[in-house]
Amino acid sequence: MAKVPVQFTLNGSETAEFIDSGSTLLHALRDKIGDTSPKGGCHQGTCGACSVIIDGELRLSCLTLAENCNGTAITTTSGLSEGGVLHPLQRAFLDAFASQCGFCTPGMIMAAKVLLDHTPNPSRDEVVQALSGNICRCTGYEPIIQAVLLAARANSQNAA
Amino acid sequence: MELRKNYFADVRKDDLHEIGQDRPRSDSPGHVTGKTSFFADRNFPGMLHLKMVRSPHHHARIRSIDTSEAEKHPGVARVLTAKDVPHNVYTILILIQVGPEDETVLADGKVRFKGEAVVAVLADTERAAQEAAAKVKVDYEVLPAVFDMEEALKPGAPLVNEYHGQNYYLYDSGECRKVRFGDVEAGFAEADHILEQSYQSSPIEHAPTETTGCVVAPAGNDRFTCYTNTQAMFFTLDNTSIILQMPGSKLHFVGGTVGGGFGGKVDVIVEPIAILGAKLTGRPVSFIYSREEEMQISSPRAAEKVVIKDGVMKDGRIVARKVTGYTDAGAYSRHSPYGAQKGAGHYPGPYTIPNVWIDTYCVYTNRTPSSAMRGFGVTIGDFALEVQMDKLARLIGMDPLEFRFINAYRDGDMKAHRQPTEGAALIECMQEASRAADWPVAEKYMAMSSYAKGA
Repeated sequence: MAKVPVQFTLNGSETAEFIDSGSTLLHALRDKIGDTSPKGGCHQGTCGACSVIIDGELRLSCLTLAENCNGTAITTTSGLSEGGVLHPLQRAFLDAFASQCGFCTPGMIMAAKVLLDHTPNPSRDEVVQALSGNICRCTGYEPIIQAVLLAARANSQNAA
Repeated sequence: MELRKNYFADVRKDDLHEIGQDRPRSDSPGHVTGKTSFFADRNFPGMLHLKMVRSPHHHARIRSIDTSEAEKHPGVARVLTAKDVPHNVYTILILIQVGPEDETVLADGKVRFKGEAVVAVLADTERAAQEAAAKVKVDYEVLPAVFDMEEALKPGAPLVNEYHGQNYYLYDSGECRKVRFGDVEAGFAEADHILEQSYQSSPIEHAPTETTGCVVAPAGNDRFTCYTNTQAMFFTLDNTSIILQMPGSKLHFVGGTVGGGFGGKVDVIVEPIAILGAKLTGRPVSFIYSREEEMQISSPRAAEKVVIKDGVMKDGRIVARKVTGYTDAGAYSRHSPYGAQKGAGHYPGPYTIPNVWIDTYCVYTNRTPSSAMRGFGVTIGDFALEVQMDKLARLIGMDPLEFRFINAYRDGDMKAHRQPTEGAALIECMQEASRAADWPVAEKYMAMSSYAKGA
């Protein structure tokens, strides 16, 4: 099968890879580049476990063609902590017991990050809306909602 | 909501200093940084992808299987059928002597539910495996199917599973698990009221966000490392050892990280065939259920039917209970004979009833095999029992919570399945629930205790 080159910035690092034409960004990230933080839960755009951030927007990597990502800047959950210090959202998910089996967690954190980047002090309803594309089968969602609100409070205190 | 914690303060002398403290989970840092390693995060050079050819019929005889076109498909490394599996007919609970072996790893001569595995295709890419699987030709003779438990138990119903010879699991006690305690007919004769109700449930899928699967890597020394999300590591290892006729020392299972299980990952389904593929090709193998397979093929909680007949006195005492329970195992046993047996012990509920009669049947139908899920065997029963309790209370015009105090089991009471009650806490839980929910009950119930009968 014909291989095509893709090149983008992944968590701040220049990244290039040859992939099968037509393969998804999820496949390229996990199986070619080795960033396994996005998860494949349904491969049909319904569970949100594969969520990543492309040029500031939340995207489902299982429905995104890798070759369409040339020249973009991609963020995944594995790239959030800096210098061993957890991102406020990661800290909040940990402190609020928002993660049980952990499979939906990277996608949840991506969705929450895009929300807080655009809306630093969201209402509970805005959090629920922002997470509505991500399925969790363990927590019942409430600890996740609380974690996002906790991270927003922590951010605003740091900013003050 | 603050709950009182001084119940049993007179007996518990333990220094429980960890209870009530926040302690970080050891796995959380890995989860929030995306570093936790799930089985599908393992990737090996030259890895093959396994796709299953599945039965489109609920019940059919297999006349012939033609894999020749699939084998020629570009990228295909190997195609497996029943004859490739060393010990193809197995059952999970054989490890604890619960037989007979009644299920095939790959169908041999017959399929008994829609989606049953017939042929395994191993190829360089998922796409090639999928395309080749579509080229396998299976000639089926469709047979009449049965989907309803009561229909399946009628004379002349289609026989689902020849390894049993009848459409129910044959216990050592006969066609069902039986509990006999006191004289149930005498209890009904004495009762002021009798209420008979029937409760039914549908199968329930666990729908874990991570689908069932495994990744197998040959270790190069005739040993195989299997990365799996099984919830039953040693059950899986031992059953794989039987199915592949390989000593356990050749099998290295790595797991413990499960992306949601809820009981849905305790069957032994993906590992044996993936390890066999790795053994026969010498290459790593990945076998991961698609979302569709997870929803349609993986074992759900069994459908159940529970018929409860109770005799109750005007003063609130239940004096007789007769229960007939049906558990829909689907086409194969898996854990269902055990689930139905649990129900037999459980149907009196946490209540002391002097006259009890229970029959529970584990029934075979042409539905997806059911298995474990969070309290399987008792969860649906509890729904039925507690709805029944509310109906009984209404029937005699009594408060439903006070009605439960009157019948609650207490230490020393003999249960219907001949286990004496010990460590009961139902009275105390209900007292606290009464307070927390602001659902007051008469003072005499608030003065009761699980250990002192007279109090």
